[in-house]
This record gives sequence, structure tokens and C-alpha cells, in this order.
Amino acid sequence: MATVDFAVGIGGENGQGIASAGDILARIFAGRGLNLNAYNAYQSIIRGGHTFLTVRASDGPVRSMGDKIDVFIPLNQDTMDRHLHLLRAGACALYDREKIKPGVAAAGVQLCPMPMKELAKGNKLAANTAALGATLQLLGIAAEPLEAAVTRQFKKKGDAAVAENIAIARAGYDYAAQNFKAFPWQAPRRPKPLGVITGNQAIAMGGAAAGVKFYAAYPMSPSTGVLMWMAGHARKLGIMVRQVEDEIGVMNMVIGAACTGCRAMCATSGGGFALMAEAIGMAGMIETPVVCIDVQRAGPATGVPTKTEQGDLWQVLGAGQGDYPRLVVAPANQLDLFQTIPELFNLCDKYQCPGLVLSDLLISEGTASVDPGELDCNVPIERGELILPDGNGAAADPSSGYNNRAYLRFKNTASGISPRAVPGVPGHIFVAATDEHDEDGTLISDEFTNPHTRRMMVEKRARKMQGALAELAPPKLVGPENAAVTLVGWGSTQGVIREAVEKLAGEEGIVAAQLSIKWLVPLHVAEISRILACSRTVIIVENNYSGQFARYLRSETGFEAHGHIRKYDGEPFMPHHIVEAVKAQLAGQTRLSVPVHEVNA
Amino acid sequence: MSTTIAPPTTVPASAAPAQLSKETYKGRIHPDWCPGCGDFSVVAALQAALFELGLPPHQILVVSGIGCSSNLPGYMNTYGLHTLHGRAVAVATGAKLGNHELKVICTGGDGDGYGIGCNHFVHAMRRNVDLTYIVMDNQIYGLTTGQVSPTSVKGMKTKSTPHGSVENPINPIPLAIVGGATYVARAFSGKQKHMVEIFKGAILHKGFALVDVFSPCVTYNKDNTYQWFNPRVKILEEQGHDPSDFHRAIDRGSQWGDEIPIGLFWRRTDLPTLEDLEPVLHDGHGPLAWRKLGLSNEQAQALIEELL
Ligand SMILES: Cc1ncc(C[n+]2csc(CCOP(=O)(O)OP(=O)(O)O)c2C)c(N)n1
Ligand code: SF4
Repeated sequence: MATVDFAVGIGGENGQGIASAGDILARIFAGRGLNLNAYNAYQSIIRGGHTFLTVRASDGPVRSMGDKIDVFIPLNQDTMDRHLHLLRAGACALYDREKIKPGVAAAGVQLCPMPMKELAKGNKLAANTAALGATLQLLGIAAEPLEAAVTRQFKKKGDAAVAENIAIARAGYDYAAQNFKAFPWQAPRRPKPLGVITGNQAIAMGGAAAGVKFYAAYPMSPSTGVLMWMAGHARKLGIMVRQVEDEIGVMNMVIGAACTGCRAMCATSGGGFALMAEAIGMAGMIETPVVCIDVQRAGPATGVPTKTEQGDLWQVLGAGQGDYPRLVVAPANQLDLFQTIPELFNLCDKYQCPGLVLSDLLISEGTASVDPGELDCNVPIERGELILPDGNGAAADPSSGYNNRAYLRFKNTASGISPRAVPGVPGHIFVAATDEHDEDGTLISDEFTNPHTRRMMVEKRARKMQGALAELAPPKLVGPENAAVTLVGWGSTQGVIREAVEKLAGEEGIVAAQLSIKWLVPLHVAEISRILACSRTVIIVENNYSGQFARYLRSETGFEAHGHIRKYDGEPFMPHHIVEAVKAQLAGQTRLSVPVHEVNA
Repeated sequence: MSTTIAPPTTVPASAAPAQLSKETYKGRIHPDWCPGCGDFSVVAALQAALFELGLPPHQILVVSGIGCSSNLPGYMNTYGLHTLHGRAVAVATGAKLGNHELKVICTGGDGDGYGIGCNHFVHAMRRNVDLTYIVMDNQIYGLTTGQVSPTSVKGMKTKSTPHGSVENPINPIPLAIVGGATYVARAFSGKQKHMVEIFKGAILHKGFALVDVFSPCVTYNKDNTYQWFNPRVKILEEQGHDPSDFHRAIDRGSQWGDEIPIGLFWRRTDLPTLEDLEPVLHDGHGPLAWRKLGLSNEQAQALIEELL
């Protein structure tokens, strides 16, 4: 059980060093063995605007950014004005006493004005460093880890910058010791230091572990972190990384590489994914395994590039014309992303189809602590019925194949899976066509007298998903079947729903259960229907306007949920949003709750 | 037929077939192009060029888009990918990087390459990817039954420009020369022997080679016919053209009217290809496609250290 659970919130303009301050705190907390979650609510401009970063840590589990701030660091007046009213008794606010006026705070909030100019010795950008020093002091953490973290952060800028920032951090630390009241509790410590990882790093590392040899992308927030990791590690890990002219080119190149036998991957956001749609259908038609990650942001069109949403479900479900087998998965958090990518590659290789991952800004750009022991890079690699030129595909005449029907690339089998040779293998020549084709690849699209072959090929491809479904873990209900309420979610809301369930039990005496759906296609319709049929009140929680998952669930199972909690203001759910909505719905006040994100406009 | 579970570590044995003949390169299917279509000559010239170069069919990958001309891979006995409209060059680039030991040849039409696919075309040239790109340029959309194309002559009446096209055409030759292609040539379906030589040069060339082929659409283009081209085309090789002369290459490539040059306009061999410049392909482990998958313990450890 958690003993101490606390959060630091830092806000200001872009360019005031908020992200790096957040990184420093995250490393220090994780280094103490604390679980953490960091989320940066930022804007798509390089300087100016309003950015607010929350780092929450605890010696118990941390699954979301939580509901409260204990240390508030407004680096400008705007941040002070927008957030001060959210602080509750016991919290403190650290700010520059010359530049920022506090306004009215709730009773019990400690206002901590600091002489930033003096502490930062005139370095205008270093107020955040002084505030970090003060923060650690208030949290009862020694100054040394801060010095190590500052050194790491400023190493690239040279020894002078490191020394200057250490001195400023020290000055902030000492000033707090003399002038402010430390928290009555201390930031705890656990024996095993943890690491920190963003979801985009987790996706990229998962790809590397899976054996990705080809990665292509066109930059698009919030997926660009994957490209940056891949580009930075390409030469060390032997991965071909390309920035391509557009996302159409990205997906087509990835498919080209995959056709030769490479494991190939790409990531994008909704707009780029839209451009890839036709090619994803090609991967389905020519039965080529590729993995594509859609890191969702608020849409439509350019939408809100730096804000989170779960708004691409139907786009991904409907990507590409026609019916074709594909796998669609929505991992719940950073570790789940890391572990899902290799698993998905194995399935895509086995079933020779595209695999689509729905991530979102919340988990892709959000940071979580991770136990290094859980990041197992030694993952099983299963390539399915792949014929490679190491002798296993030996043929008497290396030139045979297409012109003598010796090898049927798209052989109609019971499982729907046809052994897959790749170019360069002697004796297995074939043409893979996006037109409908016969078992050996011959086009039948112009033979309109051939409905039997067309039907056979459609069914052959579709059959593959029966095998895939049997391999996917069915979703499990967490909590009792007869709970007062069952909260259903998909993807990144898993953590916050879990915390809401705990709060409902702990603070409200409401027994809630949770059903998270991770594998969306193919969908475990029978098991989901069974669970929902015995649930008393089912509420679906999702980060979009129209209830995309609710509609999908209804279309696949016929199940109509009793209530909905939706949020589409660009910010993620906080646990109390869900708790309050559940209470209102159980009291019969509404069937659709749209929680308000509490920040002054 | 066996199955691999673990990824193989061995490099392929380049098994050259005992007896190669021209027939070896022919697919089982007879082309379903209209009788007289210029594309017959192109597929025959490509088969002849590959045969004369002695390239083993299983080490060749022919990638096309969509269109009448893009049906070509289906008529070859080589590996083939018949992709989407306009995407052949992007797919081929991925395939070439995935297995740089393959000979990758792209084929398609003018609509496919210079219209919907122009973005990939332009970027493949500046990258100097080692591809041979053969465009069967009939100045019309054949498969969709006769609409205007990016190379249709201004004023041309087509089904989608019944009053004559008011737009200027693309001239792919100067476009490719300034775009960074390192082998830029034109051929004509009426001169198959010459086309074979141009193809052989393009296939042997290291870098991006464009061969734009006048390949008449006998069904929908009643303007640019064999009869129209025959008296006009002049072979550069017979005129002493120097393909290393950049400005001359652009001048001759821009020529249109009573005399239209075919042959090799431009070639340079001093530039590295994209594959040459990527160290990942040159660490002695062969094509990416056939490498061992997964991370070594040291690599995994280093990645985890970064997170601590
Ligand atoms: C995305 C997309 N748009 C349109 C089409 C329809 N289409 C097929 S081929 C073609 C044009 C064919 O012209 P060209 O590429 O010059 O080849 P040709 O048939 O003349 O050889 C078009 C528009 C398509 N298949 N895909
Ligand atoms: S329509 Fe034109 S391009 Fe198409 S096959 Fe017939 S002649 Fe050739």
C-alpha cells in the first residue's frame, strides 16, 4: 500500500526549461525507486504559450498523473493565475517574489516566494533550477542526486554551465531550508532504482527487440519521438532508418522492405495514417506483415497537434478499401507498448497481415518509471511459414516458379496461411499483386467470369483471423462480476480507470469492476459479451466525443452500455473526473458525463 | 517445403541456373494488351536485356504500379510486385534497401510515374537509389480508357479534355536530369534493338536510371502513333551525343517536334548511391532481409542503461 504519493507541477512558457526540469525530477524520483508518471500539457509552439508538466511519484503504484499537486512551481504569472486555485491544504507554491503575484490561495497552502534573481545570479533561465533545489529540500531529499541530475542534463553545454547550475540549485535548496516549512512527510525511497521511459521510446525499443531492420517515417507529433530514437540508434543496432517524402511513401517503402523479408515498421499520427490507408490494404492483399503505430492526437485534420485523444479508432478500423485481415491493438501504457510490439510482429509474420497499433499522446509522450528487469529485450521471435534462402527453400531449378506453377505463393490452405518465400530465394518465383489473384499470383481481376476464385481468395485471407483470435488473450474483468458498476475502456485509459475504481471503493464505498479491451481486431466477442451480460451497470470511458468504442462494441456485440464518460478537450482524464461521473450516473442524474478540465481559461 | 522459425544466419547461395535462355524470362501468361500496343516491345526488350546480361531470374525483382503498362511484372518469370497506382518507386526503394543484392527494376506508365507517383519519382532521383525505372510513356491513361496524362501534348483531345488540353506537359527527360537521376535515356517501342541496349546500360548502371519509352497506345492515343514517331525519332548514339555534357543533355532532352531524340541523354558515374552511403548495409552482414533478428545482450544492456 502506498505510504506517500505526491506530485510536482511546473508551468510556464515554452522555452522556460519545463521539460528538462521535469526530466530531472523524474530521474531523481525513479532513482529513489519510486513509481512515477509524468505528463506535459504543452502547445505546438517552440516559445511562448502555456505549458504545464505534472510529475507524480509514489512508493505505491502510479497509473496516471493523479488528482492533486503538492509542489506548484509557476514560472510566470499566467501559470500562477490558472492553477493556484487548484491547490489544497498542505500544498506549497514556489515562485519568483519579484516577478509573480500569488493571488488568493486556499487555507493551508504554503506560499513560498523566492528571490530568484539573487539565487540564480542573474541567469534568467535558471529560476527553474533554483525552484528544483527548493522542491527537493521540501520533499526531504538530499541535494546530491540533484547535482548528479543537473550534471547529466547540462553536460553537453560544458563544465561552466554544469558548475553554474549546481550552484543555483544549491542556493535554492539552502534558501528553502532557511525560509520554508518542509512537508511533514518525506519522499520515500525503495531499494531498487527504476528507469524512466516514454511511450515513444518504448515503441522504438520494442521494435528493436523484435528485430526491426527497416524503419521509415515522416515527422508528425506526437509520433516523432519514435523516429528520433530510431535515427539515434540506427547505426549501433543495424537498422535502416529513412525519413521519407510523405506518409504514402512511408507505408509503401515499409511494405517494399517487408516484402524482402525484413521486419519493417513505421509510426505516425492520424493525418499521416490517413495517407497510408490504401497501402495498408495492399499489405493485406499481398499478405505482407508490417507494423504501423498511430499515435493519436486530437483531430480532425490538423486538430490540436499537442493534445491527446482517442479519436482514430474508426479510422484505423476502416483503413483501406475492402475486407482484409488485420490486427488492431491498443496497449495500455509504456511497458505494454514495449511488450506488445514484438508480440504483434510475431502474429503479423505468422498471419502475414498488417498490424496496427493505437497509441496516443498521453502514453507516447508521457513518461513512466520502469523496472529494468521488466524490459526483456530477449523476446521470442517467430516468423511463421517464411521461406528464406538458407537452404530450406531448395529447388531443383532456381529459375522455376511463376512460369511452371511449381510454387503457389497464395496457396489456399485450411488455416489460410500460405508459405511465404521472398525475392532472392531460388525456385520460388512469384508475382504479388494488389489486383485479385489466383493461388500462384496470376491476376484474375479482369476475368469477371471467375467468381469462384475470387470467393476462394477472399475466404482464404479472412480465415487467417480465426487462428489469430484463438492466440490472443481474452480480456479479463478486474473486480467482482456483480459490482455496482463496470467501467469499460480501451488503450491508454486503463491506468486512470483503475485508479478511479480504487477511489470509488476507498472513498465512496462503491464497488466497481474494470474491463479493459486491448485487442480490438480480432475482437473476443463471445467473452466480452459474457462478461457484460452479467454486469449490473456498464459505463464506457473514452477520450473522444462520439463514443467511438461504444459504437464499435455495439456493432460487434449488440451490447448497449448504460452510461458514458467522455472527454474531448485535449487533456487526459484524471481519476476524480471518472469518480464524480460514476457517482452522478449511479444517482440517475445523467447517462453521459463530460468532465470539465479544471484550469482557468 | 519447410518452414523457418528461427531466423537464418547464412547468406544466400547465388544459385545460377544451368541453362538460361530468352524463354527463361518469360512468364506463363501471355500479355492481355491490345494487339499492337507498344508495351509488347518493352517487355520483350526487357527480357532480352536480362538474358543478355545473364542475370538469374530469382535475383531480379520487377516492381510496378497500376495501369496497362504496370501489368508487365505478370508477364515476366522473375520476382514481381504489382503494387498500387503511383507507388512502384516507393515500394521498390524499400525493397532495394531491404535486400540490396537484388536487381530491382521498376515499370509503369506516365500517369503512374509522372502523375500520381511524381513525388516518389522526384525524391528517388535525388537520393540516387540504385533502381532502373522504365516508364512506358503513351501520353494517355490507357487502363482507364483514354483520359489526359501529364505527358499529353498541349491541345490534345482526350475523353477528359474533349476541347483539347490547356495544360503544359511534363518533359521527364530534363526533369530527371536536373532532379538528380544519374542515367537518363529515352527509347521507342518501334526501335526494339536500340531499346535493349538502353535497358542493358540502365540495369548495369549503379544509381537511379530513368528510361522513358515512347510506347504508343494504339487504342486511345490517335495523335502520337508509330507513324507519327517513326520519321521523328533520331538516335543520339548515331549523332555523336556526349552523355556527360549536362547542358547539351538538357537541350537535346527538351527537343520536340520534327526531330525527337532517343537514346542516352545523360549519365554520370561519379556519385555514390543511397545504398553506398548507408553504413548499415556495409557491416559485412549481407542484406538486411536475411540478418539475424533481435538484440545482443550487450546492445540490450546499453539500451536499458540509457533509461536509468
Ligand atoms: C488511387 C488510384 N486512383 C486511380 C486509379 C485508376 N487508375 C488505374 S490506372 C490509371 C492511369 C493509367 O495510366 P498510366 O499510368 O499512364 O498507364 P497506362 O494504362 O497508360 O499504361 C488510373 C487513373 C487507381 N487504380 N488508383
Ligand atoms: S489501352 Fe492502350 S496502353 Fe492499354 S493495352 Fe491497349 S494499347 Fe496498350
